[in-house]
Amino acid sequence: MSVPVPVTGDGGSRAPGETRKGGWFIRVTIIAIVLLWLIPTVGVLITSLRPESLSESSGWWTVLAHPFRTAEWTLENYRLAITGQGFGNAFMNSLAVAIPSTVIPIAIAAFAAYGFAWMEFKGRYVMFITVVGLMVVPLQMALIPILRLFTQGVVLFGYRIVPDLDLNQSFLGIWLAHTGFGIPLATYLLFNYIASLPSSIIESAKIDGADHFTIFWRLIVPLSVPALAAFAIFQFMWVWNDLLVAYVFLGGAGQNRVLTVALRELVGARGENWHLLTAAAFITMALPLAVFFSLQKYFVRGLTAGAVKG
Amino acid sequence: MGRSDQDLTDLPAASPEEEPGAGPGGGTGMSVQRALLVIGAVVVGTVLFLLVFDYLRSPTANRLSVVAVAIVVGVGGVFFLFWTMNKIVDLLPAWFREGLRPYVFVGPALVILGVFLVYPVFNTLLLSFKDGISRDFVGLDNYRFVFTNEDMMRAIRNTAGWLILVPIVAVSIGLMFATLADRLGRGEAAAKSLIFLPMAISFAGASVTWQLIYSYRPQGFGSNIGLLNGIMLGLGQEPVKWLELQPWNNLFLMVIMVWMQTGFAMVVLSAAIKSIPDEIIEAARIDGASEWQVFGRIIVPSILPTIVVVTTYMVINAMKVFDIVFVQPANAEVNGTVVVAERMIRWFFLLDHNGRGAAIAVILFVAVVPVMIWNVRRFREQEAIR
Repeated sequence: MSVPVPVTGDGGSRAPGETRKGGWFIRVTIIAIVLLWLIPTVGVLITSLRPESLSESSGWWTVLAHPFRTAEWTLENYRLAITGQGFGNAFMNSLAVAIPSTVIPIAIAAFAAYGFAWMEFKGRYVMFITVVGLMVVPLQMALIPILRLFTQGVVLFGYRIVPDLDLNQSFLGIWLAHTGFGIPLATYLLFNYIASLPSSIIESAKIDGADHFTIFWRLIVPLSVPALAAFAIFQFMWVWNDLLVAYVFLGGAGQNRVLTVALRELVGARGENWHLLTAAAFITMALPLAVFFSLQKYFVRGLTAGAVKG
Repeated sequence: MGRSDQDLTDLPAASPEEEPGAGPGGGTGMSVQRALLVIGAVVVGTVLFLLVFDYLRSPTANRLSVVAVAIVVGVGGVFFLFWTMNKIVDLLPAWFREGLRPYVFVGPALVILGVFLVYPVFNTLLLSFKDGISRDFVGLDNYRFVFTNEDMMRAIRNTAGWLILVPIVAVSIGLMFATLADRLGRGEAAAKSLIFLPMAISFAGASVTWQLIYSYRPQGFGSNIGLLNGIMLGLGQEPVKWLELQPWNNLFLMVIMVWMQTGFAMVVLSAAIKSIPDEIIEAARIDGASEWQVFGRIIVPSILPTIVVVTTYMVINAMKVFDIVFVQPANAEVNGTVVVAERMIRWFFLLDHNGRGAAIAVILFVAVVPVMIWNVRRFREQEAIR
């Protein structure tokens, strides 16, 4: 695993002389909680690196007694999961789902947030309230009608209003679905950020003759990078880890299935094959963990920009 | 798809040049040329899109190139959309143009939300009054079923347990850890990262992870490789079927969600604690306040708004919990671990009864309406301050 990067820039910036009484108590409590939190992940990592015969016959913790016996370690499980169980394929599908499903909602929400924050038009307030209010519609409620929309179109009083779009089992369909589910939160967070930018810079750009599109593209987007990055990480982890939407719109089998769905199928089919399950589980975790550890600075800074002030 | 990429790169260079022409009145000879350019771009873009989507569906295509094309088209397409819309609005008469411009910015969001959230709310409502294959109206039958079916009643009780216990435990541990870590000095960042780590794991992955904790095998059927039963055996006890131990198995599943969500609560609360001015805390200490008093009378009241936001977020998450229960290999009905969202998916997709699935979805929605009203009210208050 990669080396942890500081979670916040100002970590430990308090004045010296801070750690006075109870220093050891704090230390011990923190270490205990961290160890407790790590146990499950460590178990998966160790099991995924042990040969089948051993992980079937003894608990993963027994390895800790003699960690340097090379016969106890293997990479075979990863090879089996990637080639034999189609996890290599599913990994690529997950990329094809997750990257556009991260960029599209953020782009649309950033444009909308700018519109709500800096443009004058009728019904602005009502529209914004509606968008933010939709944040609490349970995703589960939307799945059924959208699936029917994708497969059957809309027929009202015998007239076909929307044709059969044939979007089921397609990447475009799942991008649009993730976009719809992601926009309310994205608009809310980005609005908080974009609306708080000083109005003087926008006014002076207008005086210089820039239109809204130019202001947005050359001024707002560069200034909003922390907020955009924070939401990008959040949305990426969400989409990558999503099982429900992928299961409904891309299906459990077929060439387009993503990692979480493949993992779920593997649990169902081979509930006791620990060496395979753990290797597969670690493959699904690898990318979000890497993304998180490399970009977490932005994540915390951007997410808390809106939440803490409120 | 090359088209949309190219548009992207020459966009920043192109827009300032056009500023003089876009002033009131506008150029006449120039605008015809520009109109042709924009229309050409739209036509080429649309045709390319259709071709690409046919390609993405072809079953014989190479996976790697399908994935690469999908990413480029998906990412490029959304920028192409906004660029084109803005150009089209530029072509309109000046008196009309600026009134329409805001809808270039907010329009796509409104359209997508209309299709993916507003329409489904009404459609689900309609379906919930129809039969299993959505043909005939059956009145309130589905709702009657939902409130009399034993599994469903149990699911409602279980979900109530989830949305009370999970937020309370996760926020409490998060708050405690954030407060302690704030005074740790060195190593604070590393400790917080490790607590946050499970956030990056999918519910499906987490469920596999926790099976290594809860796994059970009867004696004589192989050795127990679950950690808890390893401990039980080490203590000389019989191994326990943790996930079939009603009603405690619900708690064991909740532990998984607490494990995953505490990190989020901790990070947000930690940032809030750091924003409390040091002087206030120092002043309290000089006045002789104990550490407990500092925590209870200063830290907690100062970050109360943040605690409320985080707790609400967790309540909504707990209400929608589905994956943790759904991916368990053990049968949720037999083990009594059913929850509302899991019931909905099962009725809809595995037991093929649209009406009952929709009725459960409506109940979920009604349950979050108070949260929505509260959310809107909070936003109004914020607007008033702004």
